[in-house]
Amino acid sequence: MSFVPPLEDFPILSKPVNGRRLAYLDSAASAQKPKAVLDAMTAFATSEFANVHRGVHRLAAVATQRYEEARVAVQQFLNAKHSDEIIFTKGGTEALNLVSYAFLSPRISAGDEIVLTKMEHHSNIVPWHFMRERKRAVLKWVELREDGSINPPAVAAQITPKTKLLAIAHMSNVLGTVNPLKEIIQIAHAKGVPVVVDGCQGAVHEKVDVQDLDADFYAFTGHKLYGPTGIGALYGKRALLKTMRPFNGGGEMIAEVAEDKVTYAEPPHRFEAGTPPIIEAVGLAAAIKYLNGFDRAAIKAHELELYQYARKEIGRFKWVRVIGEAEDKGAILSFETTGMHAHDVATILDGEGVAVRAGHHCAQVLMERFGVASTTRASFGLYNTREDVDALIAGLEKARSILL
Amino acid sequence: MPLLRGWRRQGVFFSDMIDESLRELYQEVILDHSKHPRHFGPLDHATHNADGLNPLCGDRISVHLKLDGDGRIADIAFEGKGCAISQASASLMTDMLKGRSTAEAEKLMDGFLHLVKGEEGVTGLADDDLETLQVMAGVSAFPMRVKCATLAWHTMKSALEGSGAPAKSE
Repeated sequence: MSFVPPLEDFPILSKPVNGRRLAYLDSAASAQKPKAVLDAMTAFATSEFANVHRGVHRLAAVATQRYEEARVAVQQFLNAKHSDEIIFTKGGTEALNLVSYAFLSPRISAGDEIVLTKMEHHSNIVPWHFMRERKRAVLKWVELREDGSINPPAVAAQITPKTKLLAIAHMSNVLGTVNPLKEIIQIAHAKGVPVVVDGCQGAVHEKVDVQDLDADFYAFTGHKLYGPTGIGALYGKRALLKTMRPFNGGGEMIAEVAEDKVTYAEPPHRFEAGTPPIIEAVGLAAAIKYLNGFDRAAIKAHELELYQYARKEIGRFKWVRVIGEAEDKGAILSFETTGMHAHDVATILDGEGVAVRAGHHCAQVLMERFGVASTTRASFGLYNTREDVDALIAGLEKARSILL
Repeated sequence: MPLLRGWRRQGVFFSDMIDESLRELYQEVILDHSKHPRHFGPLDHATHNADGLNPLCGDRISVHLKLDGDGRIADIAFEGKGCAISQASASLMTDMLKGRSTAEAEKLMDGFLHLVKGEEGVTGLADDDLETLQVMAGVSAFPMRVKCATLAWHTMKSALEGSGAPAKSE
């Protein structure tokens, strides 16, 4: 294996938790931050910080430049055509809500349909429920195969002349499934339906090229990408963004404000009301730079190797049922444990220094689909090692001995 | 949050402490209640019902009770799915509340809620009640799990108050 996990870059990993070596297997919830990100934010805040797009003073100019450089970093990361197609948001959730309010809401009316898949995270479900509640739109769900994958014709089958949007995850946060986005987007476009992609997991593990995918919108968050919390981004095609009304109102998003009139700035600033997360944008750019310092395919291979090792080891336990076995999947291992509730398992694993997620993973429609109330989820990042998997497996054996 | 003080201390001693806390949390009585819950199922002719939901984990519980003419809990039952802590807590609760007056039940519920939050000076409970409740006290060492333990009790509270609104685990 060519990729060596750069453990020394992540200070938190060398600090014991509950007196044990930390095995952090919860990167799908939020990834740990490399020193490069923390240092970049500190350096910026220490010597270059001011508000952006406002002052005429030197620091304002420098900060504005750093902020806009971060936008270019995101543009290049997603291979967007223009930097003004990148809107900074406070995370993936806000990015998806932006599409709901600013794009879909004016275009949808009673009886119109939104197609989404059963593997979506609540952040790619609830904004569409808003349209159901407020506009009497209809949600149509794409069924999943038993292995947790999507059959593209099943997407086509849900699309009708009334469909106004397709909302789909790039990669499932529970199953790890990586969806054949390009094919699915082609299907939607052939029927004239725009597509919004939830890339919160996908952007971390897959190489994203929004032009090649031809996605209309692509949302992702910084904190899962080894960057800071409080920042994410929405990519939107320039032609679409230009037709959209603002999302929030406030400073920076206007052209002119009078007593009886307001005109709006051009995208992306039209959608960035108020002081944006400036230090976080610098941190996000640093995270992207950090990732680009590696061969990303090698990172993926490393994570998958760990996943396969964990999958094989856990396969020895007859009392474990793994959910999500799609052929094309990333390094997320979700499982149910017979006779043991995920929360009890996670509490005992925590005592062993093993951090996992337990519960419904903000994907209750998916949980319902697989007939489970909760699962335990181990998710892998670039800093994980076989030792982490060994700790997980030993912890599970311990949970079994305590609980049963 | 005093519970979290020193949570990251190093060394074998501390991991042994965690181990001990875990053994206390999942002691025999708790596991027995969770595997063989008492008063589990529907209740015919219930006079009070309430549903509870822990939105963090999606666990649900329903409690049913039958008050007699004197305001005593003549019968009690619960249904639902959840972790060992939530199931054991619900089972233990039904065991303890059956036959009590609503005033006694209120006192027990308040005492329990103080106890699992690790608050000092739980007063006004009979010694043997306190002893019974004590088996749940281990939860206080696990702040993220306190809500699992309190769900059934909050739900019972709202059943007794007859508000009919679904209880939350807070």
